Amino acid sequence: MTWEVGSYLNIGVILGLVIFIAAMLIWVERRLLGLWQERLGPNRVGWFGLLQVAADMIKIFTKEDWIPPFADRMSFVLAPAIIMVVILTSFAVIPFAPGVGVVDSNIGILFVLAMASLGAYSVMLGGLSSDNKYALLGALRAAAQMVSYEVFMGISLLGVVALSGSFNLREIVIAQSDGWYIFPQFIGFVIFLIAGIAESHRLPFDIPEAEQEICSGYHTEYSGMKFGMFFVGEYLGLVLIASLLTVLFFGGWLGPAFLPPIFWFAIKAFGFIAFFILLRAAIPRPRYDQLMTYGWLFLLPLSLLNLLVTGAIILVTQ
Amino acid sequence: MFNLIKDTLLSQVVTLWHVFSHAFVKADTVQYPEEQPYMFPRWRGRIILSRDPDGEERCVACNLCAVACPVDCIALQKTEDEDGRWYPEFFRINFSRCIMCGFCEEACPTYAIQLTPDFEMAEYTRQDMVWEKEDLLISGTGKYHDYSFYRVAGKSIKGKDKGEALNEAAPVDVRSLLT
Amino acid sequence: MMILFYIAATVAVVSTVGVIVQSNIVHALIYLILSLLAVAVVFFSLGAPFVAVLEAIVYAGAIMVLFLFVIMMLNMGQHTLDQEKTWMAAKDWALPAGLAAILLAQLLYVLREYRVDIVPNEVGVLEVSALLFGPYVLAVELASILLLAGLVSAYHLAKK
Repeated sequence: MTWEVGSYLNIGVILGLVIFIAAMLIWVERRLLGLWQERLGPNRVGWFGLLQVAADMIKIFTKEDWIPPFADRMSFVLAPAIIMVVILTSFAVIPFAPGVGVVDSNIGILFVLAMASLGAYSVMLGGLSSDNKYALLGALRAAAQMVSYEVFMGISLLGVVALSGSFNLREIVIAQSDGWYIFPQFIGFVIFLIAGIAESHRLPFDIPEAEQEICSGYHTEYSGMKFGMFFVGEYLGLVLIASLLTVLFFGGWLGPAFLPPIFWFAIKAFGFIAFFILLRAAIPRPRYDQLMTYGWLFLLPLSLLNLLVTGAIILVTQ
Repeated sequence: MFNLIKDTLLSQVVTLWHVFSHAFVKADTVQYPEEQPYMFPRWRGRIILSRDPDGEERCVACNLCAVACPVDCIALQKTEDEDGRWYPEFFRINFSRCIMCGFCEEACPTYAIQLTPDFEMAEYTRQDMVWEKEDLLISGTGKYHDYSFYRVAGKSIKGKDKGEALNEAAPVDVRSLLT
Repeated sequence: MMILFYIAATVAVVSTVGVIVQSNIVHALIYLILSLLAVAVVFFSLGAPFVAVLEAIVYAGAIMVLFLFVIMMLNMGQHTLDQEKTWMAAKDWALPAGLAAILLAQLLYVLREYRVDIVPNEVGVLEVSALLFGPYVLAVELASILLLAGLVSAYHLAKK
């Protein structure tokens, strides 16, 4: 077997690593939150608490996997599967390093956006089929939030697409050899960052699953491994957004030659993940209508303006 | 416009920085089983029955603690010895109900019942949480070393009533306060 | 590519039948999403990846979400399910289904007689946009004006 884009070895290793990293993030997040809140976090199970994930997995696999009798079985079972499938498929187009990746697609960004928009079904079906008012409220919030933030998530990317002239993520990385897009596309970066957090409903935008208000929202009725899939799906989404930010704005695997490219990618992506966890530790959750107003009345015009100015500058300089 | 940016954007960044700077502060966590925390002497933990300096048990079975207990976890039965001194026949505390409020200690007129700085009382069965008098009674005086109720209150023995000994003041008539 | 086309087309047809016969409206919607995704794969296999992705983003990803959003508000209970089942009596669907079968037979006949070979040649994003902003720019602008009118009136209604 050869080590090239799309080989089975490549696909298997990427799939395994991505799921492994997403699971390990459970531990990373708790340790980092502890660090920033002047406590230790899990440190008992294994070396520095590294086996905490294994313990959590054992617990979650052996828990009773309960389907409420009033729930709509088909959608209830389908919902957690959707989020895992959708986000794992999105990883197919991410270029991790030269020669490391699943597909080299000409519609890479669009594919990620399509998958992200399908991710909304997981949350909505989960909340709707649970037949529980908190779950329904969470699903309603999630639907509105994800549909709105998808819009300018897409638009904020178009500046990068215009600069590189391609939807292909691998070509976008190569186009950044003479300068990362964070500098010309800073506004696009900020908007994509915010929209990405809202899209993966992480704190501070975890309004669909706000524990204090609506008792963890759409996955209120879920237990056992179905809840675990929502849980790991959320971390997978986190890794995906971090990888996308790395690829689109921070030059992907590009970096000084003393480290192999894949390490540069990992370092940058981990930096973003740590930043997301810092956001969780620091920023309180906005109110639901504040989030929507902020999105539609501030971020959407800003992203359109950003696209307009980028386009104008490209036209003038060409 | 500047104020808007300052309030919305800058304040968030400042918050992020403040939280991030906590990474360089030592954690407050006490690693409990290996590293025992300092327990304050007045910590309200496990309940004990103490003895007076002469080694007699202090409890006079007045039932005030049982009355004061908000969760009714104390049960006792009065009995007398040949001198007519009251003492509890049994004294039972159900620690699965006890909320460590310390009301019993406040109600006790003889400093017999006391709360101690011990909290490691977990048991595997609920029945083991019920402590009898022999479990509760300690051989020491607890927090009040020199206090003996009968030295303060006086004691009637054969041929001598309260307040009739050589250096003994007459007992206070509590009903005089009512007039 | 052709085998991909036939598999996706079969999935699309079967799931569309599912949309019609399902009495549970949420299940019907899931079938509809599946059908749209299958159509996206059909587009992809015919060499139009851009349209395929747009189908997934716009139809499956946005419009169907709004459908589901509305259904969430409607509080469908057991009685709607029962009602839906009584509406699926054979005497109601027999005639339309027969008529549709005639049309299908005609369609198959036409496809057999006037056989067109599908030659999948990929139409990339660049070609699509060159066409959109080249010969068809007027249609694009008209569509955008229509959308703008819709946007303004929706805003007006929401403000009222």
